[in-house]
Amino acid sequence: MVTAVRIAPDGTLSLEAPYVGEAKRSLAEVADIQGSFTLSDVSVAYGREVVIEGVDLFIPPRAVTALIGPSGCGKSTLLRCLNRMNDELGNVHVQGEISLDGQSIMGRAMDPVELRMRVGQVFQRPNPFPMSIYDNVAYGPRTQGIRRRSELDSLVEESLKGAALWEEVRKNLKKHAFELSGGQQQRLCIARALATKPEVILMDEPASALDPISTQQIEDTIAELRSSVTIVIVTHNMQQAARISDQTAFMLRESLDTPAHLIEVGDTKKIFTNPDDRRTESYITGRFG
Amino acid sequence: MTRLTRARRARATEQLARVVTGLAAAAVVGAAVFVVAYIVKNGAGALDVGFLTGAPRDRGRAGGIFPIIMGTIYVTVATAAFTLPVGVLAGVYLSEYAPRTFATRAIKLAITNMAGVPSIVYGLFGLAAFVLTAGLGRSLIASALTLTCMTLPVVITATEEALRQIPTDLRHAALALGATKLRTIRTVVLPAAAPGIITGSILGLARAAGETAPILFTGAVFQMRRLPDSPLSQFMSLPYHIYAQVTSVPGWNRTLVWGTALVLVGGVSIISVAAAVWRSIRRRKVTW
Repeated sequence: MVTAVRIAPDGTLSLEAPYVGEAKRSLAEVADIQGSFTLSDVSVAYGREVVIEGVDLFIPPRAVTALIGPSGCGKSTLLRCLNRMNDELGNVHVQGEISLDGQSIMGRAMDPVELRMRVGQVFQRPNPFPMSIYDNVAYGPRTQGIRRRSELDSLVEESLKGAALWEEVRKNLKKHAFELSGGQQQRLCIARALATKPEVILMDEPASALDPISTQQIEDTIAELRSSVTIVIVTHNMQQAARISDQTAFMLRESLDTPAHLIEVGDTKKIFTNPDDRRTESYITGRFG
Repeated sequence: MTRLTRARRARATEQLARVVTGLAAAAVVGAAVFVVAYIVKNGAGALDVGFLTGAPRDRGRAGGIFPIIMGTIYVTVATAAFTLPVGVLAGVYLSEYAPRTFATRAIKLAITNMAGVPSIVYGLFGLAAFVLTAGLGRSLIASALTLTCMTLPVVITATEEALRQIPTDLRHAALALGATKLRTIRTVVLPAAAPGIITGSILGLARAAGETAPILFTGAVFQMRRLPDSPLSQFMSLPYHIYAQVTSVPGWNRTLVWGTALVLVGGVSIISVAAAVWRSIRRRKVTW
């Protein structure tokens, strides 16, 4: 499982992995693009039980990375490492090194509060706050201390447009968020995450509680966003992973008493048509999971 | 054939269960209705403007109960002023900040049990701690502090309970946006939990308003010429007035005493109903 970033003497950067279309970019170009994660030898333990072991993974900026694998293989746990939400669960220990754009986010190296303004999250079930649509989207900016009405107004509009919800709610921004449908609520949650101008958005099965039409809208929204923000999405739906992601990572816990590993990661097309690992192939073709 | 019999028997059992649970519910409702109806029947005759605005005469056998109503309002408001901030903050600490250890669980259990301590014990404690040791004397503030000790466990438990009802996802949503824990609690968790906290607190305060034992030794008096004019004044109070009339006034006026009981029950009910209405208005907006 390869994901070393190599810096050649001539100043070009190569990603030692077959899945990045343009394998070579100049350093300057890469420095400009924000929102890449590098995980090396990441392990996670709940108490004494190690649930994920030895994950090496590069998450490219401004692209969609899908985490797939059977239930209980630690996809969501790995996702929560990226915005330190595991800190909030208590008794979860993360080891190894994770960096965002080259800066470590582990331990004291990064304040989780600051990290989470740069790395947003959308949850499995829509979880808008019990307040108006406007106040939901403005929550993040207000947390950052933005109080000017005009600034908030434009951030709210921009974020709702980004989440493809603006046209539906523009006349009802004062309406209570709970009056929206499930699909609209989830897009509201995406807008809420966008409002802090994050570099990365983590999505934990964002469409699993929604009907097919709402799922389609969420996928369209992701397609719109991929050029401006890095997206890491956990999904159970393999067609969804195949449709929306650029890179796919397959995780597997082979038995209940061993930790999960990252089995294979690569360009989505390759993973779904010609995976290197036999286990990936069995999972993709529906032989288990 | 046997299958049919079994289905029939299941239906009969179902009917029986409905009847038994229904009877239990009817007994409870019936008892409550009977108590209220009895108080209204006996006390309604006393209710008029003179009764609500006048001072008692002839040791309470005639006249009104105005200073008595005011005394109860004073002591209850003072109790609320002490109890609500301390109780809600303590509930927030126990629910949101306290480490999940054995000690925390033991403390929570102890607080729950405190709500079951007989009120006369709080009265004795108040006499020792506030009246004598703290030197407050028999006073409104000593009574309010005693009632605070009695009400705090109720408010703390209600707060904790209400906070526990708030989905973890909602907290995580705020934290994931870069909100600190304090901001998450202040702007998301507490507003969502407010209806539950307020309902529980009002139940606790209603009980405090109607208690005799805790104020018996700590500040309530049988008769006073004026309204309490400082926290160190003594005061008259509805439950104590009823107790004193029945136990120490020969030839006590039954209608007036029932009237006093009706005012106490009515006042507490009005506040409870107001809280319930407010909560149902909120609930219509807030569901998960």
